[in-house]
Amino acid sequence: MFGKLSWDAVPTDEPIVMYTLAIVGLMGFALVGTVTWKRKWGYIWREWFTSVDHKKIGCMYIIVALVMLLRGFSDAIMMRTQQAMASSGGPGYLPPEHYDQIFTAHGVIMIFFMAMPFVVGLMNIVVPLQIGARDVAYPFLNALSFWLFVVGAALVNVSLGVGEFARTGWVAYPPLSELGYSPGVGVDYYIWSLQISGIGTLLTGVNFFVTILKMRTEGMTLFKMPVFTWNALCTSVLILASFPILTATLLMLTLDRYLGMHFFTNEAGGNPMMYVNLIWAWGHPEVYILILPAFGVFSEIAATFSSKRLFGYVSLVWATISITVLSFIVWLHHFFTMGSGANVNAFFGIMTMIIAVPTGVKIFTWLFTMYRGRVRFETPMLWTLGFIVTFSIGGMTGVLLAVPGADFLLHNSLFLIAHFHNVIIGGAVFGYMAGLTYWFPKAFGFRLNDRLGRIAFWCWLVGFYFAFMPSYVLGFMGMTRRLNHFDNPAWQPWLLLELVGVGIILCGVACQAMQLFVSIRNRVKYRDLTGDPWDGRTLEWATASPPPLYNFAEQPKVNDLDAYWGMKERGVSTLSHTDYRAIHMPRNTSAGLVISVFALVCSFALVWHIWWLAVFGLVASVVAMVVRSYDEDIDYFVPAQEVARIEKARLKDLAEA
Amino acid sequence: MSNIVMDKDIAHSHEQGHEDAGSMRIFGFWIYLMTDCILFATLFAGYAVLRDSVAGGPSTVDIFELPYVLAETALLLVSSITYGYAMLATNRNHTSHVLRWLAVTFVLGCGFIAMEINEFHHLIDEGYGPDRSGFLTAFFTLVGTHGAHVLSGLVWMAVLMAQVRSRGLTNTNTTRLSCLSLFWHFLDVVWICVFTVVYLLGVV
Amino acid sequence: MYNQSPIHSSAGTSHGTSRSYMVGFIISVVLTVIPFALVVYPSLPRSTTAWVVVALGMVQIFAHLKYFLHLDTAKEQRWNLIALIFSVVIILLLVGLSLWIMGSIHHNMLAH
Repeated sequence: MFGKLSWDAVPTDEPIVMYTLAIVGLMGFALVGTVTWKRKWGYIWREWFTSVDHKKIGCMYIIVALVMLLRGFSDAIMMRTQQAMASSGGPGYLPPEHYDQIFTAHGVIMIFFMAMPFVVGLMNIVVPLQIGARDVAYPFLNALSFWLFVVGAALVNVSLGVGEFARTGWVAYPPLSELGYSPGVGVDYYIWSLQISGIGTLLTGVNFFVTILKMRTEGMTLFKMPVFTWNALCTSVLILASFPILTATLLMLTLDRYLGMHFFTNEAGGNPMMYVNLIWAWGHPEVYILILPAFGVFSEIAATFSSKRLFGYVSLVWATISITVLSFIVWLHHFFTMGSGANVNAFFGIMTMIIAVPTGVKIFTWLFTMYRGRVRFETPMLWTLGFIVTFSIGGMTGVLLAVPGADFLLHNSLFLIAHFHNVIIGGAVFGYMAGLTYWFPKAFGFRLNDRLGRIAFWCWLVGFYFAFMPSYVLGFMGMTRRLNHFDNPAWQPWLLLELVGVGIILCGVACQAMQLFVSIRNRVKYRDLTGDPWDGRTLEWATASPPPLYNFAEQPKVNDLDAYWGMKERGVSTLSHTDYRAIHMPRNTSAGLVISVFALVCSFALVWHIWWLAVFGLVASVVAMVVRSYDEDIDYFVPAQEVARIEKARLKDLAEA
Repeated sequence: MSNIVMDKDIAHSHEQGHEDAGSMRIFGFWIYLMTDCILFATLFAGYAVLRDSVAGGPSTVDIFELPYVLAETALLLVSSITYGYAMLATNRNHTSHVLRWLAVTFVLGCGFIAMEINEFHHLIDEGYGPDRSGFLTAFFTLVGTHGAHVLSGLVWMAVLMAQVRSRGLTNTNTTRLSCLSLFWHFLDVVWICVFTVVYLLGVV
Repeated sequence: MYNQSPIHSSAGTSHGTSRSYMVGFIISVVLTVIPFALVVYPSLPRSTTAWVVVALGMVQIFAHLKYFLHLDTAKEQRWNLIALIFSVVIILLLVGLSLWIMGSIHHNMLAH
């Protein structure tokens, strides 16, 4: 009746998990209780859960990303503590079966459920505003994408309390991930959470690709778009081209596990190495999906806080386009050691080194933007400077790893770990934090507390160096990744140093949590009435903070790059008109949520082999889609008087500012 | 304030200045189809790698019957034409003809699916199912995924026929018919790749 | 009716005519029967047949794109065409490089 599911699925014999569940349960109960006590469920449902507004959806993505950052970071703390304790031959406190799930979950969560939603969230909030549009091309699809992503995150979180997670590492190589060596439900949780959130991501790619190509305001040609939007366009192209590969490869693994097929099995003609090849054909573009939007953020910030036009706009755009194309011909560098011949390795090694070139161009572009500019060292600029130094180091170690001969020694050592954390944290995460700080006032109408933001930055920066630079040394000393315990006393001092680093980063995260708390508490005092707290250059700063639901009462006409800067110089306000027209907007709907809930039912049932429930979930999901397709009441007009009222309130705010 | 435009499609295009909502939908769907092409390409790559992994079981020449495949191809090809005629009827705003051509397309599509299920069933009965070898795994998955797409198209077609029947050829329905048209023809294009790479090159 | 655009709609797809569908159909039938015949009744050397079959398949795909999917070089179709060409490039890279890689690995596994 319930497939493989039974009460045994709850890991009552693992105290760490049980304590975690208890704490999470208490926090969840407190949250639900507070919302109920303040009678906010109606508000949350109407304004957020059923919203199709790109700004709301973007905020929700980032909120989930930040929550998942906490879980992924907890995994990191547990791993580092275990390594520091177990480096003299002792077992530490985490048995291998548990430790393996932790490092797998750490990778899966950080990549899929922290970094990806952060990227998609920032794109959602910013891109339509930057191109002078009212929303994305397919607002309902946008909401559906978000809720499908939530289903993926939910599955990963449920796996903590019901069953187990994969023990295979975040890319889940067969034959370990095949049924024979992973008979439990862990890999199935992995498969379904990635597959479902992957569909959401693919739809997001379609959405933003069409939005940017077709919905730019009048006068904004492609080469007058802000750089962040260019990066969002290239990111969308990467998503569109790479995620189908992930879908197909996971499908193959699923068929092996569920129907006994032989894509990647050891016997009957399967080829496990084909999985490695295909998954990295997706995997490499994936890391560029994570980094390109961060590059976009830094471009915006470098220009704004240098009070200067971005240097080398055209070369920046072409560098981004070339990175997009090149990212499809480098993927073998993730498995130089798997056994292909010298010619193959050489080709991909050279291509990998070539792809570093456009990135180098970008670094110089940002530096030249700051050169001779009036640089303001606001918090977003601090993150940018931290990024330039840190990411450059990480990039250089990447070029070192691109040499196949060197990689034969360093593959799967801590040197590799150091490299990719260097570029992901120093590059992507710093970018997301910078973007968060930069655009927070736009999204919510008040600034973040500045002092705590600066302290958080310094903690992250210093903490990162302590936490990961020793790993380069450890890599050269021969320490392998994913080790649960080991017996080399020479490693321990470095590992202890790294634990200190993790502690410093923890202080940074704590500062950020406090920053949010303090800022929200003082939101009236920190209110931004101008809509343009940083003296920005691009169109999103032309709107109120937060923008009205329709973004622009009248879509601005654009003449030049840095459209808003030009407007400010000419003294042209977007609000200087008196005839307001009714505005056509899409209606909120629960359909995305409903479709996704049934998808969650279906995938949970598939994990536990509850076939009747899986069929029910699938059918119900499809029925919900059909029901939505019959709905004709999907849009409405905001009356002209309402628009006038909102715009007049904005003018009043501007006068007060 | 007097120019309140109540037709939503026109309102959209006036505002955006360029595309009407329908053609933007169709463009977006085309982009999705491109991603579907890449999904199939991955499955083709897998098939190419596993084609010779027969694990002591049957290989291509042992199980492929080309005349049968030719018949399947004919069904799908003719269904593409009949869908084309449905689209021509849509442009002429001739609802009953649209429904008739869609119905014929639907029947032909069902025929294709029936033939494919029959082929699979026959193979499984003989012990040559997808769990027998890497080659059979890849074959069943590639051809089966195409079949699953056809089946989804048929479900979509049925729903759309019901919607056209009850609401007529509205803007929304016409856009959806165009999207399904792209989907249906694209499936025929993928089938060309399937019968060429899998069946013909398998037996040559 | 607002949506009754003439043969070319804005950036969606253009519409065909009865004649273009029929032409496409006949071309497709011919380009299907010939490869099947060449394989079922082998009259050419094996590798030649293989190349001919693949080539005819590619031609038939072009015929489908032109006569059924109405893809052309018109301005409204520009991005559709670009998207298609880009996808084809990605597919060639993905499949081509994958086969090169897997072939190299296979060789180094000293397979017989």
